[in-house]
Amino acid sequence: MDHHRRVDTEITTRVDGVTRTVLVDTRTTLLDALRERLGTTSPKKGCDHGQCGACTVLLDGRRVLACLTLAVTTTGKDVTTADGLAPDGHLHPVQQAFLDNDALQCGYCTPGQVCSAVGALDELANGHPSHAGDVTTDPQLTRAEIAERMSGNLCRCGTYTNIITAVEQAARA
Amino acid sequence: MNAIGQDIPRRDGHAKVTGNATYAYETDVDNAAYCALLQATIAKGHITEIDITDALALPGVLTILTPGDVQKLAHVDNPELAVLQDNHIAYRGQIIGAVIADTSEIARHATELIHLSYHVDDHDSAFTADRDDLHTPKALVTGAPADTTTGDVDTAMRTAPHTIDHTYSTATNHNNPLEPHATTALWQDDTLVLWDSTQGVHAVRTDLAEVLRLRPDQVRVICPYVGGGFGAKGEPHAHVVIAALAARALPCRPVRLALTRAQMFTLVGYRPPTVQHTRLAADDTGALTAIAITSTSPTSAMREYVEHAAAPTRMMYAAPNRATRHRLAALDIAVPTWMRAPGECPGMFGPEVAIDELATALGIDPIDLRVANEPEVDPETGKPFSSRNLVACLRQGADRFGWADRAPRREGDWLVGTGVAAAVFPAFTNRATASIRYERGHYVVEIGAADLGTGAWTVLPQIAADALGVPLHLVDIGIGDTTYPYASVAGGSTGTATWGSAVLVAAETFRDKFGTDPTEGDEAEGSHDTGPFNEHYSTYAFGAQFAEVRVHADTAEIRVPRLLGVFAAGRIINPRTARSQFTGGMTMGLSMALHETSSLDPRFGHVINHDLAEYHIASCADATDVQAYWIDEEDPHVNPLGAKGIGEIGIVGTAAAIVNAAHHATGVRVRDLPLTLDKLLPGLP
Repeated sequence: MDHHRRVDTEITTRVDGVTRTVLVDTRTTLLDALRERLGTTSPKKGCDHGQCGACTVLLDGRRVLACLTLAVTTTGKDVTTADGLAPDGHLHPVQQAFLDNDALQCGYCTPGQVCSAVGALDELANGHPSHAGDVTTDPQLTRAEIAERMSGNLCRCGTYTNIITAVEQAARA
Repeated sequence: MNAIGQDIPRRDGHAKVTGNATYAYETDVDNAAYCALLQATIAKGHITEIDITDALALPGVLTILTPGDVQKLAHVDNPELAVLQDNHIAYRGQIIGAVIADTSEIARHATELIHLSYHVDDHDSAFTADRDDLHTPKALVTGAPADTTTGDVDTAMRTAPHTIDHTYSTATNHNNPLEPHATTALWQDDTLVLWDSTQGVHAVRTDLAEVLRLRPDQVRVICPYVGGGFGAKGEPHAHVVIAALAARALPCRPVRLALTRAQMFTLVGYRPPTVQHTRLAADDTGALTAIAITSTSPTSAMREYVEHAAAPTRMMYAAPNRATRHRLAALDIAVPTWMRAPGECPGMFGPEVAIDELATALGIDPIDLRVANEPEVDPETGKPFSSRNLVACLRQGADRFGWADRAPRREGDWLVGTGVAAAVFPAFTNRATASIRYERGHYVVEIGAADLGTGAWTVLPQIAADALGVPLHLVDIGIGDTTYPYASVAGGSTGTATWGSAVLVAAETFRDKFGTDPTEGDEAEGSHDTGPFNEHYSTYAFGAQFAEVRVHADTAEIRVPRLLGVFAAGRIINPRTARSQFTGGMTMGLSMALHETSSLDPRFGHVINHDLAEYHIASCADATDVQAYWIDEEDPHVNPLGAKGIGEIGIVGTAAAIVNAAHHATGVRVRDLPLTLDKLLPGLP
C-alpha cells in the first residue's frame, strides 16, 4: 500500500449563502473544510466522532454532523452554520431565545445547539416522531420532546434546563 | 441604579450564539501549519529506536519533533512540561513526538508512519485502597496537613449507641470541557505568541517562559474565550510546550495544535477515584460523638496530586472526636489534576450518604440530623465562620422542594423518592491587578482574567460601573491577554471575588487620582492580594441539594426529574449568570451521579472508554428541571466584594442527594458511584 498517495478534489458548496470553491483532500470532513480551509469557524469540533453535536450544521435545511460528513459529498449543496442563521448580525429567533434564557455558558457547544434546535423544530413541525412521544400521533411541543430531540448535543457547562426553555420559547415565537 | 445584582445578559452572548467568538484554534492567522502528537503505546519503559524516515517523506510534512531532538528545557516544578527531553516513558499516552505539516490530515497521517521500538518495563497501574504501598502525602494543596486527629474516634465508635461504618467510593471522572485543549502558536522576532485555551493567561506565560528559558516579556498569551475548563485548563499541560517548540521550529509561521477527544483522557488531567472509609458515631438524639474519614486515591508516579476528599469532613459537622486521613498509591498512570470542586466534590459524597444512613437508622429526618450537628465554630480551626447559612439553605430548600410530603411512593411502574445533601466550598481569593483607563467617554477596564462561561465578560463591568458610579454602558472590558495586568487563574471559585476586588481598588484609585471629571487617557491600577482578607474568620459557601429520583420497578432505570439547590454564597453579582453557574454545577453533579466513570485497564495502563460515546456525560434529556436559588447573604469578612464564589459549589453534594433519593425510593443503598441500574436491580422490592 502506498502511504504517500493523496487525492485532492475541488468542491463547490454554498456556505451561509455564499458560493465557495475549494480544493480538499478527499479525506477531509465538511467540518475541517469549513474550519481549516474556508475560515468558517462557527461550527465547533468537540469530538470529531459524531458524539457531541458541537459541529451541527444545516445541510439543505436538515441538521447533520459536519464531522461525519465528507466534504466531497457536499458539492452543490447548501450549508448553513449558526453564523448564517444571523445574516447581518440579526439573530434568528432560536439564537435570541438562547440569549434571553442564558442557554449558554462557555459557548463552545452553542452554535451546534442552535443549528440543532432549528433543525429539531422543523422536524417537529413536519411530524417526525421521537422516542419521547407516541409515534402514532402528531408530536406535540413539550419539554420532553424538546429534551429528547436536543440530546444529541452535549453541553458540559450543563445548560440543558435553559436550552429546553429557550427552544420552547423560540417555537412559540 | 446599581449594576451589581442586576440580571444582565452576557456581553459575549451574541458572539457565542452565532459562533463568532474566536477560540484558540480558530485564531485568524495566515498560512497556518498543523501539529499532530505522537503518543507512547507502552505504560513504562523507554524508546530504543524511533524512525521518522517514512513520515518525513510524506509530502506536506514540514518537521518532526522527537525525544532528545528539541531544545534543552529548564527544570520546572511540573515534570510534565519537560517534553521530549529523553526517551523515558512514565505512562501510556505520554507525548513522545510531534509532526508539523501543511494540513491537519497530513500531520495525523504522518504520525502513523513513525516506527518505534521500545524497551518495556513492568508497569503497575492497578489501584486498590488496600495496597500495601500506600503513602501519606506531605500536605494538601491548601497547605493543610494530610491527616488530622482530635479526641479518640475508636473509643467513641465502641461506646456509641449508633454507628455508621462503611466504605464509599467515587469514580475516575474526566473534565471533558467541550472545547478540546488547543493552542495556536507563533514564534516571531524572538517573541512567542500563544493563543491558548486556558483558565489563566498569566499562569501559562509564567510556566512557558520558565520552561523555554525565555523572559516573561518574550511570551504573550491570549485567550478571550475558553470553551470550558473545569480545572483541566487550570495550568498549561505538555501539549502547550509542544506547540511552542513547533512554532520555534518554524519561525514566522503559525502552528495550530488541538488535542483529540481521546487525547484528553490522557494528557490534561482528571479527577482520580476515591475510596472513602467513613465512620460516624452518634447518641440517641443524633448528636455526633465521632466523625472520621480516610480517603485513598491513586496518583501518578510522575507527579503527585492529592485529591483532598477528607478535607470537608474537618469543618462540616460538630463532633468531639474526629479523624481525617489521606492516602495515595503512586502508579504508572497519567497525571490527575483539579476537576470542578476538587476535594469537596468527591469528599461530600461518602459523608453525606453516611449522614443519610444515620438518619435512617435513627428515624430522624436527615435535615433535622444535619441541623442538630451544626458546629458553633469551625471544628478544624476554632475560628468563627464569617457566615454559615447551611441551615437556612436546608430550610428554604425544604419549603421550595416540598420536602414535607416526602413519603416514598409508587407511580405506575416507577418508584419515587427524594433525597437531600449538604454542600460546601471554601471562599478564598487570589492575587490580581486591574487597570482602568478613560477613553472617549468610556472607562476601559483591563485585566488578564478568563471567562470559561462563568460570566467574567459581564460581571466585571457590573462591578466597575458601581465602583466608578457610572452607567454600565460606559464601562468597556478587556480580559484574557497577558498585555493586561496580572490576574490569577480562574480556579477554586476565586475568579470573580479576586478580579472584582482588584477592579474595586482600581476604581477607587482612579477616582482618588482623577476625580469624577477625568481627561482622555487618565489611567489607574488597583490590586487585590492573596491571603485571608480577615484571618479571624473561617470562610465558606454553603448549600443544600434536593433531588427527586424515579426508579423503574422492573428495569431499575434511573431518572432524576427534579434537582433543586439553595446556596449561601455571599453577594451575587449577576443573578442570570450566577443561576447558570449553580445549575450547571448541579447538572455536572447529576452526570457524576448517574453516568461518569473512566475505566482504566491495568494491563495497558490507560482509560479504555476514551470518547464521549463510552464516557457518558449527562445529556439534555437527563436534566430537564434543575433549579437554583440563593439566600441573601452579606458577608463583609470574605473579601472587599463580599462574594464567595459560585463556580464549584453546585457540583458538591449533588451525587449524594441523588443516591439518598434512590435509597428513599427503593430501599437499596448504593455506596459506589456512579449509581447505575445494575447496582439497584438486585435489591429492588
